[in-house]
Amino acid sequence: MAENGDPVLALTGLNKSFGPVHVLHDVDFTLRQGEVMALVGDNGAGKSTLIKCIAGIHPTDSGTIEFEGRPVQIGGPRDAAELGIEVVYQDLALADNLDIVQNMFLGRERRNGLVLDEDSMEEAARQTLARLSVRTVKSVRQQVASLSGGQRQTVAIAKAALWESKVVILDEPTAALGVQQTRQVLDLVRRLADTGHAVGLISHNMNDVFEVADRITALYLGRVAAVVRRAEVTHGQVVELITAGRSGDLGLAPTTAAESI
Amino acid sequence: MSTDIPEGKEAAVRLADSDFAIDRRDHDARSAIADYWGRVRSGELGALPAILGLVSLVVLFTALRPDTFLSKGNIANLFTQALPITILAMGLVFVLLLGEIDLSAGVASGVSAAVMAKLIADSGQPWYVAVITAVAIGIVIGTGIGWLVAVVRIPSFVVTLALFLGLQGLTLRLIGDGGTVPVRDDVIVALANKNMPVWAGWTLAGICAAGYAAVQLARWRRQRSRELVARPIELVVAQSATVAVVLLAGTYLLSLDRAPSPFVTLAGIPWGVPLVGVLLIACTFVLARTPYGRHVYAVGGNAEAARRAGINVTRIRVSVFMIASGFAAISGIVAASRLNSVTPDSGGGNTLLYAVGAAVIGGTSLFGGRGKARDAVFGGLVIAIIENGLGLLGTKAYLNFLITGAVLLLAASIDALARRRRSAAGR
Repeated sequence: MAENGDPVLALTGLNKSFGPVHVLHDVDFTLRQGEVMALVGDNGAGKSTLIKCIAGIHPTDSGTIEFEGRPVQIGGPRDAAELGIEVVYQDLALADNLDIVQNMFLGRERRNGLVLDEDSMEEAARQTLARLSVRTVKSVRQQVASLSGGQRQTVAIAKAALWESKVVILDEPTAALGVQQTRQVLDLVRRLADTGHAVGLISHNMNDVFEVADRITALYLGRVAAVVRRAEVTHGQVVELITAGRSGDLGLAPTTAAESI
Repeated sequence: MSTDIPEGKEAAVRLADSDFAIDRRDHDARSAIADYWGRVRSGELGALPAILGLVSLVVLFTALRPDTFLSKGNIANLFTQALPITILAMGLVFVLLLGEIDLSAGVASGVSAAVMAKLIADSGQPWYVAVITAVAIGIVIGTGIGWLVAVVRIPSFVVTLALFLGLQGLTLRLIGDGGTVPVRDDVIVALANKNMPVWAGWTLAGICAAGYAAVQLARWRRQRSRELVARPIELVVAQSATVAVVLLAGTYLLSLDRAPSPFVTLAGIPWGVPLVGVLLIACTFVLARTPYGRHVYAVGGNAEAARRAGINVTRIRVSVFMIASGFAAISGIVAASRLNSVTPDSGGGNTLLYAVGAAVIGGTSLFGGRGKARDAVFGGLVIAIIENGLGLLGTKAYLNFLITGAVLLLAASIDALARRRRSAAGR
């Protein structure tokens, strides 16, 4: 049994090009059990590409992916889901006309012979929401159309946690939310890690990152500028890593940082 | 399953009880009605407009034609008139659920009916061979439409508009200019022209009413015993009672002797009605209780979400067109039975618009994702009442077109406004 802090998903030397554009250069990225790893970087730094490589949407050019110590190939979204990697994209991918339970089990419905096993799905959905201490939904049988932005985000995250998922990656979960809803979602992200998931958090918002992340990976023009513990850096340093690729002793060597441009 | 740890379950349920302070599982009748009213106000109209329309139209036409509209003969006539529209609309509900449209369903019913009639009249095939062939032809047409829409990615509007023209040509070729193929097979003719024995009608109605109540109560008990979201028992009982009353009252009306002459008896439920009943139960089951139905709703609600959830969106898209055209074939057979013949313009004209109107009036959204099989039944009755009532009033043809068009537009406006209301209430 893996313990907190053990790497669950480890990417080493990942390269990815789209035609002549080299988007990811020898990227190393590790998600550890029970920890929140923030992935920060400017627009075009390669955050989304990296996530899509993990989710199996983009094939990688070179590099290795280890899952719980075993080398694995992720050939498509199904492979990722089978390993227990769930990605919550910014657009959430919820069907408005279905209720919370139906959305959480979408595509992976439990059946009882030919028919849907609604009862056990409702129980499992409620348990998952309870485990994550979600208190904001009126009923698990509410249609998603009637939920607020924060509640939708909550449902999308709970959906990712419902499966035997080990890794949950969140793409800008608080981008469109107000103050209080951001608070709720960040609490949820923290609880996700506390319940034993390895969590990846993509964010532009330094406050969010400093609030919930244990470690921070800064991407700069497709290279990992630095992987740091949150407690050991300041806002300013992280911002410099994002914008210049280096900050004092941290980050890329000046020559590398310069030649990337 | 990580959420299925047995010892964790009890704890989780307890935790849920404390944490879901606002998660209401138990509704009493009052909170359920308040909830329902809240949903209606936020644009979840359901069958409400159709039922209101049904009641007001019956009142209107009864007031205008008190002696004929609610006569026993006319009530039976209403039901047989509604049969083909309802069946066509029920198939269309599947297509509309995806936010697509099938403009060729009407003429597909014409082609299928023509094939059936020709097989019986010219080739002397037994009725079942003809029916199976007709339905198969419907499904083949649907597969073609589905392939063009889902794989080639032509908008369904264009594909089915092209087929709307093309299939009329096919019917014309099969039957010949100005020709008519008579339908004389006993079984086919019986569908819309013969009635069940009165005792069989009562038995069937009784079984359906009891069965509906039993299913509803069993579900309520199961949900209560597992502490799931359940409707209040008062509502379950009231709903079961309403269904029973409607079924039995309908059976009573249709079991009265409606023969114009005192020397013969003409009574009983037309055979087409139980056929619609079977289709209704089957469609409701598929849409509400099977993974396939769930996936149809999901694709209609958010195709991208469905795709990412691993649902084969292309397959779902093709399948709904197959269902719609298959139902169109059945509808064509029933229409042929009602008219005792198939002509080159069978299924043409306003057949399709009536069916789309029926589905939309019943509460199926043109924007996809919302709708039920029962919508076709409510809407089919509304359309049949309009058609029948206007006929009794002896309105001019031009007025018929204007009024039916206005009703369709009204239903679509209600749909669009309810949708705006929903997104505004997207609280």
